[in-house]
Amino acid sequence: MTAVQPVSDTRDVGSTASGGGAVETHPVRRRRRRRLTGASFVPWLFLLPAALIFLVFKFIPMAEGIRLSLFEVRPFLGDIFVGFKNYATILQDEKFLTASWHTLVLAGGQTLGAMLIGFFLALLLEGHAKSLWFVRSAVFLPVVAATAVIGEIWRLFFYPAPEGFLNEIISWVGLGPWEYIHDTDTSLVSVMFVGIWKHAPYDMVLILAGLAGIDRQQYEAAAIDGASTPQRIWNVTLPALRPVVTILLTLAAIRGLRVFTEVYVLTGGGPAGSTDVWMTRVYTTAFEQSEAGLASAGSVLLFLVTLILTVSVQWYRRRKEAR
Amino acid sequence: MSVNSSRFDSAIGWSTRPDAWVGKGIRVVLSGLAVILFCGPLLVIFSGAFDHNPDPTQLSVIPDHPSLINFHVAGENKIWHYLANSLVIAGGALLLQLAVSVFAAYALARKKFRGQAIALLVILATMMLPEEVIAIPLSLVIGDLPLVHVSLKGTLLGVILPLGAWGFSIFVMTEFMREIPAELEEAAKVDGAGELRLFAQIILPLCRPALGVIAVFGFNMIWEQYLLPLIVAADPSDYTLTVALLALRSDDQVGTGIVLAGALLALVPSLIVYLSLQKSFLRGITTGAIKG
Repeated sequence: MTAVQPVSDTRDVGSTASGGGAVETHPVRRRRRRRLTGASFVPWLFLLPAALIFLVFKFIPMAEGIRLSLFEVRPFLGDIFVGFKNYATILQDEKFLTASWHTLVLAGGQTLGAMLIGFFLALLLEGHAKSLWFVRSAVFLPVVAATAVIGEIWRLFFYPAPEGFLNEIISWVGLGPWEYIHDTDTSLVSVMFVGIWKHAPYDMVLILAGLAGIDRQQYEAAAIDGASTPQRIWNVTLPALRPVVTILLTLAAIRGLRVFTEVYVLTGGGPAGSTDVWMTRVYTTAFEQSEAGLASAGSVLLFLVTLILTVSVQWYRRRKEAR
Repeated sequence: MSVNSSRFDSAIGWSTRPDAWVGKGIRVVLSGLAVILFCGPLLVIFSGAFDHNPDPTQLSVIPDHPSLINFHVAGENKIWHYLANSLVIAGGALLLQLAVSVFAAYALARKKFRGQAIALLVILATMMLPEEVIAIPLSLVIGDLPLVHVSLKGTLLGVILPLGAWGFSIFVMTEFMREIPAELEEAAKVDGAGELRLFAQIILPLCRPALGVIAVFGFNMIWEQYLLPLIVAADPSDYTLTVALLALRSDDQVGTGIVLAGALLALVPSLIVYLSLQKSFLRGITTGAIKG
């Protein structure tokens, strides 16, 4: 209802602004008038679409989620307030506890694995040559392909029979046959592997940017001092990459905690729950068991963990920079 | 200028001398392996999609019996319908996202107003709020929009609208618009340009590089969506192509080749966008350093 008024004001401001200072006799008074009437509305008008979308599709659902987490949700019967009972249920639920353990293992493994591979790729492909640029572009493709597509192709590679694609390859070096995502012992590692494959090239690009920022003279100085290549990388390159690594670790850890699509398309949490992660658990609770209250509590818990992680990393970085 | 200075163009110290063929050979072999490892699987999608009845145990990079039969059968399984869903969502949500980001960034970067810091903070908060976390209540909100009480369940709009504003795009755009010199604006104001003309004719054309960045990131983010279309869908005919892949695979009547044909159709748009806006993409990663 207030949104109607500013429209006329906008036009007003447009004309006074376009009139310039020449017409105005009291510049001080004019400035005050602008602040009070028109100009302060204009920015909000430009922000309105974003604000509306965020309000309806982010903040209201968030508030609704927190509210639901305190209720036993019974469609058509009316919800019952249960306080923190849902949280207690989840924190004692065997399946949720297993899922949180899987989530941590998966997030940790993927983060470190992708960074390590990304680092080697960056070392291998650093340089200005056109051919290197070509290889880098090609290697980057898994990042842009949708996770669902990647899940389908890797499911085929993981075909459990001895004639399966990957089993064929590992048999050349005398390994296998394995059952990958179909075996409770190897399923989580297989999912982790696909995640590393998809995210390593992304890390590579960031690490390459970090490498590009290193002063070439430091390498030269190290070489003159008689440092070997590994020594140079350990003493010059790695310390210089520390800021990049911090960013990567934070982003990847947060991404890892809320992993859903990879697991959902590859295994659906199976076999026998061996790859069930927090979000697949929440999804099952919400949409297959129709326990919206419990599922909301699970979501809120995940949000809190993500928030604590983000804020503490920020705080740690600030403190370090301040020093 | 010396041989040394070019040798230290990389951390490893790859030699640039033409006679250093051992190092060069190692690098070529390793690069080749990397390309096979990271591109090979995607090539297999291509060959499998065009192969008549590919066997999951006999995957190859070149189809054994080239044919278009998979696409034909996939068409009978409504694959074009799913693709259309995906494309409409991607197009609609991307346009909305671009417009919303540009508007918001204009206010945040070019104006000074009370509450500006809070507005920025709120947008930052949306970025720390993973979409997975709000999925369940969001599905309820989409089923019954606040105030207007309209259900978007089972509509493409139900997927498009929540994707219409993205904190990352707003931030990238804001950062970029801050760099535009104020003199340009003042000169235009003196010439009598109003607020909208100032925005459309002075600021917007200068933002083209940043538009490329947020377009390619936005597309990627939208195409990657899985949980959102899944929870908005009222029945399987509302699925996007990526979500439909799983349903296709679970159908015993549908062979590997048909699933791969679907996967290929879901892969090609991302490839086209990436390859045509590659520079924007890489610039976005290194400047924004934020994903998802």
